Amino acid sequence: MTALLEIHGLTRRYGSLVALDGVSLSVTAGARHAVIGPNGAGKSTLFGLVTGSLRPSAGRVVFDGRDVTGRPDHARARAGMGKTFQHSSLFTSLPVVDNVALATQRAAGLGMAMLRPAGRHAAVREQAMGQLERVGLAGRAAAPAAALSHGERRQLEVALALAGSPRLLLLDEPTAGMSAADSARFAELIESLGAGVTVLIIEHDLDVVFRLATRVTVLHLGRVLADGTPDQVRADETVQRAYLGDAALDDLFFEEGR
Amino acid sequence: MSTATEARAAAARPALARVAAGAALVLAALVPLLVSGNVADMLTRVLAFALLAIGLDLLTGVAGLPSLGQAAPFGVGAYAAALLGKHVTTVGPVQLVAAALAGAALAAAVGWLLVRSRGTYFLMLTLAVGEIVHELADRWEGVTGGSNGLAGVPAITLYPGGPPVRLAGVLYWYVLAAVLVCAGALWVVARSAFGRTLRGVRDNEERMRSLGYRTFVPKYAVFCLAGAAAGAAGSLWVAQARFVSPADLGFEVSALALLAVVIGGRGSLWGAALGAAVVVLVREELSPQLGGRGPLVLGLVFVAAVYLLPRGFAGTRLRRSNRS
Repeated sequence: MTALLEIHGLTRRYGSLVALDGVSLSVTAGARHAVIGPNGAGKSTLFGLVTGSLRPSAGRVVFDGRDVTGRPDHARARAGMGKTFQHSSLFTSLPVVDNVALATQRAAGLGMAMLRPAGRHAAVREQAMGQLERVGLAGRAAAPAAALSHGERRQLEVALALAGSPRLLLLDEPTAGMSAADSARFAELIESLGAGVTVLIIEHDLDVVFRLATRVTVLHLGRVLADGTPDQVRADETVQRAYLGDAALDDLFFEEGR
Repeated sequence: MSTATEARAAAARPALARVAAGAALVLAALVPLLVSGNVADMLTRVLAFALLAIGLDLLTGVAGLPSLGQAAPFGVGAYAAALLGKHVTTVGPVQLVAAALAGAALAAAVGWLLVRSRGTYFLMLTLAVGEIVHELADRWEGVTGGSNGLAGVPAITLYPGGPPVRLAGVLYWYVLAAVLVCAGALWVVARSAFGRTLRGVRDNEERMRSLGYRTFVPKYAVFCLAGAAAGAAGSLWVAQARFVSPADLGFEVSALALLAVVIGGRGSLWGAALGAAVVVLVREELSPQLGGRGPLVLGLVFVAAVYLLPRGFAGTRLRRSNRS
């Protein structure tokens, strides 16, 4: 099994605060890899360093065998990394279908095409509609993105990330603020992705994590606390102590109300 | 509103827009037959200023880059056309192309750095560039004639060896045709895939980058395009005024162009042309009657536009249909 994404000794300091301290991990091609950890563990920092919106103080990010540490975010996106934002980040003045078309026209190399009307690029539009159907938003294609509900925005967020046909899909707390039904739908969508798409997911909702993940990395205070299959992580005593002291593990992974 | 009525309204809108655009074009073409030479001259200046405003609207309204320095490429184009007319060729279309290239060249030179900044910083940097170019026009007397400007620009000819165009109506038709060609090109660009890219950059640049767009490229391209439009507008302005001075590339011109975009409605292009007409009419027609208080009127128009038509002329219909 080859690694699609390798992270070596990744460190990020903010002044004297070390948000991420020498984190190494490896994401296998085709994996559903989850990163969990309590607040302040460094999950979002890790996400920013992998996608290129942040620069590391030390360490390397290797994607598909190439060192992308010094590459800007747009170059990483072109290399095959698609990402969703923790807070929906859309093109709110444009119709829903145009949001996705921005992704598909870029993938088709038409982002600078100045002569033909945008609507005449049939393939771009069809691919955009296809992505909307995939996430269940086809009926809202003509609506302005600003008119979408929170759940619909999350769906559109995923459609945007998928529309560029990424090989690595990076999801930053995708189910934050979703209803239970929306979360389940979302999990189904991720499950429906073929093995051609590797998924790295940062997530609070442990139900979603243990439903989807084939591998789990636990971050704590900027370091890797545990790394293994979901069952290994569940059984890991250091994880238990870091989260909850001596409380039962079921309290950690299955909180009331979830 | 039921979906059926909505669909019918949506289908009716482009047809209605086409009829309105056609009527406006016919009326614009008939102007020289209906009005005096002075009025035709004034409307010629309206057209030239409209092209400046349309280019600025592509930059500001579509791509979200507000510029307070668009007088710089406008002035560079105006000086280029005047110098060509005095020393090289009086052929109008040649001057037009050369002025557009000069405007684009200035934009290309300064835009390389400028478009890397955002929002207010971008606005302030464009203002600085505008002031620098203004100073240059004022000081570089050997070329620009200093504060006296360049007078005695010969009348243009439509083709090499042709007769000089002295009739206000004929000149109006030339400028109308040139503006239609240039504005038409900008309109094609605005509705292309590239235009969608620009709207994406306006709405959410960070998201564009995460989709794989190197956003510097479209921003730089649209800055150069707007510079070319401004340069072309400068040449048309000189074709009518037959004079250019540093006042033509002062801060006031930049501010009025931006005002035209704001009251016209950002991002529609035709709204900017209407806004330009209001601005020039108030400044040239109303201001003398009010003892030079035109700027005050423009200020009031600006305040009224911001409060009453937050999306300008172009946005009023949209707002109403959203509400119903």
